[in-house]
Amino acid sequence: MSLITITEVRKSFGTNEVLKGINLDVAQGEVIAIIGKSGSGKSTLLRCINGLETINDGSITVAGAQLLPDEIHLRALRLKVGMIFQGFNLFPHLTAGRNVMLSPMVVKKVSQKEAEAEARARLEQVGLAHKFDAYPDQLSGGQQQRVAIARALAMKPLALLCDEITSALDPELVNEVLAVVKSLAEQGMTLLMVTHEMRFAREVSDRVVFMHLGRVHEIGPPEEVFANPRTPELKQFLGQG
Amino acid sequence: MTQFSTWDIVSNLLLAARWTVLLSIVAFVGGGIVGLLVLYCRIARKPWLQRAAALYIELFQGTPLLMQLFLIFFGLPLLGIDVSPWAAAFVSLTLWSSAFLAEIWRGCVESIPKGQWEASTSLAMTFVEQLRYVILPQAMRIAVPPTVGFSVQVVKGTALTSIIGFVELSKASTIITNATFEPFTVYGFAALIYFALCWPLSKSSQLLERKLNVAHHHH
Repeated sequence: MSLITITEVRKSFGTNEVLKGINLDVAQGEVIAIIGKSGSGKSTLLRCINGLETINDGSITVAGAQLLPDEIHLRALRLKVGMIFQGFNLFPHLTAGRNVMLSPMVVKKVSQKEAEAEARARLEQVGLAHKFDAYPDQLSGGQQQRVAIARALAMKPLALLCDEITSALDPELVNEVLAVVKSLAEQGMTLLMVTHEMRFAREVSDRVVFMHLGRVHEIGPPEEVFANPRTPELKQFLGQG
Repeated sequence: MTQFSTWDIVSNLLLAARWTVLLSIVAFVGGGIVGLLVLYCRIARKPWLQRAAALYIELFQGTPLLMQLFLIFFGLPLLGIDVSPWAAAFVSLTLWSSAFLAEIWRGCVESIPKGQWEASTSLAMTFVEQLRYVILPQAMRIAVPPTVGFSVQVVKGTALTSIIGFVELSKASTIITNATFEPFTVYGFAALIYFALCWPLSKSSQLLERKLNVAHHHH
């Protein structure tokens, strides 16, 4: 039984069809890297899984929660999948600790004491326990992204979606974020990540999805996809064309 | 003929100015409360609500405050509702300022980056929760200077209510002029009192703007 089931998903922005029938099943604990040129639809696919975009056709189900365009279904879906963004999107008016505590308290009605304990544990997990009282603008980009990961984890999601989460970081800050993602993968978290870090994708993922023109163009274990690309498009993308 | 000392004039103007201040405060607070409701409708995820709020704002921004005053003061009695000048002044100034405040605040809400909405959406918050905990706390900081600045418009707007017979600073000036025949002195003092009310407000709006720009997001 797969955790995430994506069936024949189509998505258009106006007349521009960006997803042209995507099928993808993700098992629990699986780590999927999605690669491809910009405009290939990889970010859109990720955003659909979290209900940030609606879909025109097909279906997406995460552990029984289906993507349907009403608040109740969207909320149920979002409780199962967390999302990390390229731009961190921390709440600038709250401390790191409060950023992590907010949603459990507001959405899940967890008590302040419990939420604080959870927030401290999650910040500890990403190596930032000492930054509990720091505001986002007092943190480096890498630290902010780790707080964003802790914030998503505090909601205890079944899967995490990572949308180019290191693309906005200075090169020297990329590794601290990737290290956190890697440890999550090792602990069995289901991960779908859109990434340009090919080495990381190769090292951490169970399967690599190569998207091209709104379709899953090639899919397979990283050894295969990176070592023996079958299509000319993937060869060209990997610079072997 | 009775002689009026300068103090007679000033003291009577100051007594009337209490009503200007009171009307300003009540209309500003009322306008703030109604304005919040209009703001909610204006940004809600319901197209018909958004359009209704947009129409409301355009109506009040696109007609003179004086017409709104007249329509309420003379129109409601036609419907069998008797309104005192005070009630008409309060209602029209409240509605008028609610439209302007809602529009000022909408601009502030829209200046919050889209990523804040997306992050809070992905954390399963509802629209109201997002507004309450993520968007409004940030928007309010931006909204303080233009909101305080707008309060000056409310104070000056109260002068129009003299036309429907509400005795505030402007109406009192007219009455006193009719008794003293010293229009320049009387209106001069009245203008000074208006200035004394408005200047601190616009000055503090400028100060707040500078302070909130320089300060970081926290404290």
